[in-house]
Amino acid sequence: MSVPTIESPVPVTGGPPKRKPKAHWRTRLVRDWPLLLMAAPMMLLVWGFWWIPALGNVIAFQDYKPYTGGIFGSRVVGFTHFQLLFADPDFTRALLNTLAITAFQVVFYFPVPIALALLMHSLVSERLRSMLQSVVYLPYFFSWVLVIAIFQQMLGGAGLLSQTLRGAGFEGVDWMTNPDTFILLVTSQAVWKEAGFGAIIFLAALAAIDPNLYEAAAVDGAGRWRRLWHITLPGIRPVIVLLLILRLGDALNVGFEQFFLQRSAVGSQASEVFDTFVYYSGIRTGDFDYGAAAGLFKGVVGLVLILAANKAAHLLGEKGVYAKS
Amino acid sequence: MSANAKRAAWEEPPTVAGQAAKGASIVVIALLILFPLYTIALTSLSSSETVHRVGGLVVWPGDGITFEAYEQMFRNPVVLRSLVVSLGVTAVGTAVSVVVSVLGAYSLSRPGSLGHKTVLFSVLLMFVVFPGLIPVYLWVSAIGLRDNYLAIILPMAVSAFNVVVLRAFFMSLPQELFDSARIDGAGEFRVLWRIVVPLSKAVIAVVTLFYAVAYWNNWFNAFLYLDDTSKWPLALVLRTYVVESAPLPQAAGLTEAPPTLAVKMAIVMIAIVPALIIYPFVQKHFKKGVIIGAVKG
Repeated sequence: MSVPTIESPVPVTGGPPKRKPKAHWRTRLVRDWPLLLMAAPMMLLVWGFWWIPALGNVIAFQDYKPYTGGIFGSRVVGFTHFQLLFADPDFTRALLNTLAITAFQVVFYFPVPIALALLMHSLVSERLRSMLQSVVYLPYFFSWVLVIAIFQQMLGGAGLLSQTLRGAGFEGVDWMTNPDTFILLVTSQAVWKEAGFGAIIFLAALAAIDPNLYEAAAVDGAGRWRRLWHITLPGIRPVIVLLLILRLGDALNVGFEQFFLQRSAVGSQASEVFDTFVYYSGIRTGDFDYGAAAGLFKGVVGLVLILAANKAAHLLGEKGVYAKS
Repeated sequence: MSANAKRAAWEEPPTVAGQAAKGASIVVIALLILFPLYTIALTSLSSSETVHRVGGLVVWPGDGITFEAYEQMFRNPVVLRSLVVSLGVTAVGTAVSVVVSVLGAYSLSRPGSLGHKTVLFSVLLMFVVFPGLIPVYLWVSAIGLRDNYLAIILPMAVSAFNVVVLRAFFMSLPQELFDSARIDGAGEFRVLWRIVVPLSKAVIAVVTLFYAVAYWNNWFNAFLYLDDTSKWPLALVLRTYVVESAPLPQAAGLTEAPPTLAVKMAIVMIAIVPALIIYPFVQKHFKKGVIIGAVKG
C-alpha cells in the first residue's frame, strides 16, 4: 500500500492521469498565500503538540536522565529497554490482557451495533425510530468517568443491585471489584456507552440498499427472513468486513481511561492493558525511557497491524479506510 | 402501528409474535439506558433522610423532591470552582478548536495549492502514527505548561477526525459557487466566511459538539499537568469524589467532609446536563450523511 490519502476519485480516461505542469512556486505563493495563512494555526498546533513531541521517542533508546542529561545529553543504550521489556512479566501480562479483551469484544461487542441497526431499520414508525435513536446515541457523549460512576452505582458493592438483593434477604454482589468478571464488565460498559452510536454507520449502509431489490425478492416469494439473509446482510457486508478488519488492525488499542479508572478497584492483574502499562511504568515510576520504549513498541506494532489490515481489506475487494480511490 | 406507518404494498403484514419481540427489545434497550439515569436523578433530588432510609439509590418517587443536595453541592467551593473551570475551558477550547479546524479544513479542501500535500499528510498521518503518552508528557512539561490551563487545551485542540469531516463536507459543496465568487473578486477569506460557512452550518454544529464534549469530559490532561487542585475541572473532581470516593489531595486548606450519596449524584447530574441540553439541537444532523460520508472517505 502506498501512502494513505483520502483523495476523491479522479476520472481517468486511458492511461495514468496526466499531471498538469505546475506553475512556479512564487506564482503559486502569490495566489495561495491566504490558504497557507489559514492552515498556519492548525499546522502550529499539529506540529507543536503531535509531531515534535513524537521525535521525543528517541529516549526509548537512551539511558534518559531528565534532569542531568536531557534528550541531547543522555547516553544511547540501543535496544536495551526493549530487551528488558520482553523479559518483563508485567509487560507480557499487559499484552495478553489487551489481546484477550480485543478478542472478547470482537465476539461480544462487535455484533451489537449491527443488531441494533437492524432493529432500528426495521421500525416502520419514523417517530419511534427517531426516539430510539436519540436514546441509544446519548451515552456516547458521556465520559468514561461518568459511565463508570453509573455502573458503580448500579453494580458495585454499595450499588442498586446489591441493595435490592440485600433487601430481599440475599447476599450483595460487587462486580466492580471482581477481577474474574472484569472482561465481562468492561465489555458491558463499552456496549452501554458506544454500541448505539456505533450503529449509525450500519444504519447508513442499510439505508443505501436499493429498495427495488426487496420488492423484486418479495414478488419472487422470498419471505422476510430470506430477504434479510439474501439482501440485507449482503448489502451491509462491505461495511461489516471493513469495520471488523479495522478493529483487528487496532487490536492493541482497547482504550486507556476505562482501564486506568478501574485499575485500583480490580487490581492490575486483570486490568493492566498496554496503555496503562506505559503510564505506570513510565510516568508513575519516573522510568521515562522504559515507558517510552513500551509506548514506541505499541505504536510500531499498531502501525504495522493497521497497514496490514488495510491491505487485507483491499485484497478482499473491499475499500480500505485509506482507499486510494 | 401508528398512522404515519409506510409499509410497502408487497410486504407481508407483521406477525403478532414479531411485533411483540420487537416491542420488548425496544423497551429493554431504552430501560437499560434510561433507568440508571432516572434513579441517579431521583437520588440527587431526594433528602438525605430518604437516601438514608432507603440505604442507597432511590428508585420509587413519592418521598418528595428537594434541591438540598444541589444547595449543598454549590456550597462546596471545590465543586463550584471546578464547574467554573470546566465551563471556561470548554468555551475557550471549543472556540479555538472550531476556528482553527474550519480554517485548516478549508485550506485542505483546495488540492493543488502550494504546500497542500505537506499540510494534508501532517493531518492524515495523525490517524495512524501517535507520538505516545510519555514524549508528549515530557514535552508539555518542558515547554513550561505545567499548572497552566493551556496544557489542557492545546494538546487536544486539533482533532484530525474533525478536520477530515469538515474537509470532506467542504469538498462536496458545488465548486462552481466558489469559482464565480472568485471571478467576482472575492478573496479566500471572503469565500470561506460568506459562502462556505453559511452552507456548512450543520457539519460545523456537529464538529462543535464533538469538540465541546471532548473538552467537557477530559480529565486526564488535567490529572497529568495540573498539580494545583484548585485548577481542576469538574470531570477530575467527579473522578476523585465519585469514582475513587476520596477527598481531593492537598485541597488548598479546605476542610471538606466526604460528600453524601445525594451530593455525589448531584455532581454526576451536573456533569451530564450540558450534554443533555446541547444534544437535541445537534442530534438531527447525525441522521444523514454528515458524519458517515467523511468516515467512509
